[in-house]
Amino acid sequence: MPVATSPAVRVVTLNIDGQDLSAREDETIIEVCREHRIPIPSLCHLDGLTLWGGCRLCLVEMAGQERLFAACSTRVAEGMHILTNTERLRRYRRTIVELLFAERNHVCAVCVSNGHCELQALAQTCGVTHVTVPYRHQRYDVDSSHEMFRVDHNRCILCTRCVRVCDQIEGAHTWDVKGRGSDCQVITDLAQPWGESSTCTSCGKCVQVCPTGALVEQGTSVGEMVKDRRFLPILARRRQPR
Amino acid sequence: MSTLQQSTDATPRKLTVATAWLDGCSGCHMSFLDLDERLLALAELIDVVYSPLVDAKQLPEQVDLGILEGAVSNENDLQQARLFRQHCKVLISLGDCAVTGNVPAMRNTFPLKAVFERAYYENVTQRPGVIPTIEVPALLTYVQPLHAVVPVDIFIPGCPPRADAIYTILADLLAGKTPDPNAVTRFGA
Repeated sequence: MPVATSPAVRVVTLNIDGQDLSAREDETIIEVCREHRIPIPSLCHLDGLTLWGGCRLCLVEMAGQERLFAACSTRVAEGMHILTNTERLRRYRRTIVELLFAERNHVCAVCVSNGHCELQALAQTCGVTHVTVPYRHQRYDVDSSHEMFRVDHNRCILCTRCVRVCDQIEGAHTWDVKGRGSDCQVITDLAQPWGESSTCTSCGKCVQVCPTGALVEQGTSVGEMVKDRRFLPILARRRQPR
Repeated sequence: MSTLQQSTDATPRKLTVATAWLDGCSGCHMSFLDLDERLLALAELIDVVYSPLVDAKQLPEQVDLGILEGAVSNENDLQQARLFRQHCKVLISLGDCAVTGNVPAMRNTFPLKAVFERAYYENVTQRPGVIPTIEVPALLTYVQPLHAVVPVDIFIPGCPPRADAIYTILADLLAGKTPDPNAVTRFGA
């Protein structure tokens, strides 16, 4: 969401997938791509929340550079030549999606988010028909202690959208992250049951921004959890410094 | 992947197809039956030589197309999977159980002992604690997707994959084209 931070912001020209484009110099590659409907997959980036750069799905190639760049965390620059859809990138994206499926237990067929899940949709668009790495079969907890919502860590991909929306938009900072590696998980307060949280306002913003079936409303059955994020651009704009 | 191109004989023979369900609910086979009247046209092109849907008890020596539904959960599933791979030119993994392990694989997060306790002690009132061992295949420690035990040529995710998806992929194969399963189905579809 490009918002003027300085009246003297400059415009740069760059080339993405053969298209010559112009952009404000304070924009990131992913913002320019989204404006011009150039598809770039991402699970952690969400317009209205701060940058995380954790999922690595938005990696792009840049002419003259060996390493890859995360489109969400790289600002545009004059004369950049960017490729967003090479065979190498497609291979990496498939691998990332497969690793996410293998790490925890995403059983789409019995998920309340079936049909409305960003991870599931990405698997389809990235060309993942099966997972080539072994599944870990590690059991994660489900916390149903909250009256209205539920967190199923089996379906969490650690994108931290819930942590960021709770802190930055709701201002409650109920969510945070604990542990490392495969033990890493999102927590409420100091890893207390969600239902006992003294900071949670039960606003449900975390549920609506969650890309998978990890954060859902209680009482939903398979495929019934449809998320609504219309609040986010409105509130994010109001939280911008004037 | 070997192709299913018909031989260039004057009278092309029908394609032979074998199917079986391993640890699945048979829903994928039901979805195949949902092809409805298209089954009649398909019957002109394929011969189902071995399947729960026909009488044959023995998998023929050479089959053009093998279709397996269900996850690999016990010793018999494993044997069937290997047999199909050995005798089928092209092997399709049909449905989420075969492709991902799906619901049957949800037991993998529990030790096998706990699974037995749940099924034969906690959940029964009639003769609790009697675990059948005769004439039933032993459970494997982990439920695996089909491609974890044998190489698979084509994956059709879905729970079950819709009849239209199955039809499109079979039609592509019969036409000698490489099917694109992601265009017609996905995990959990």
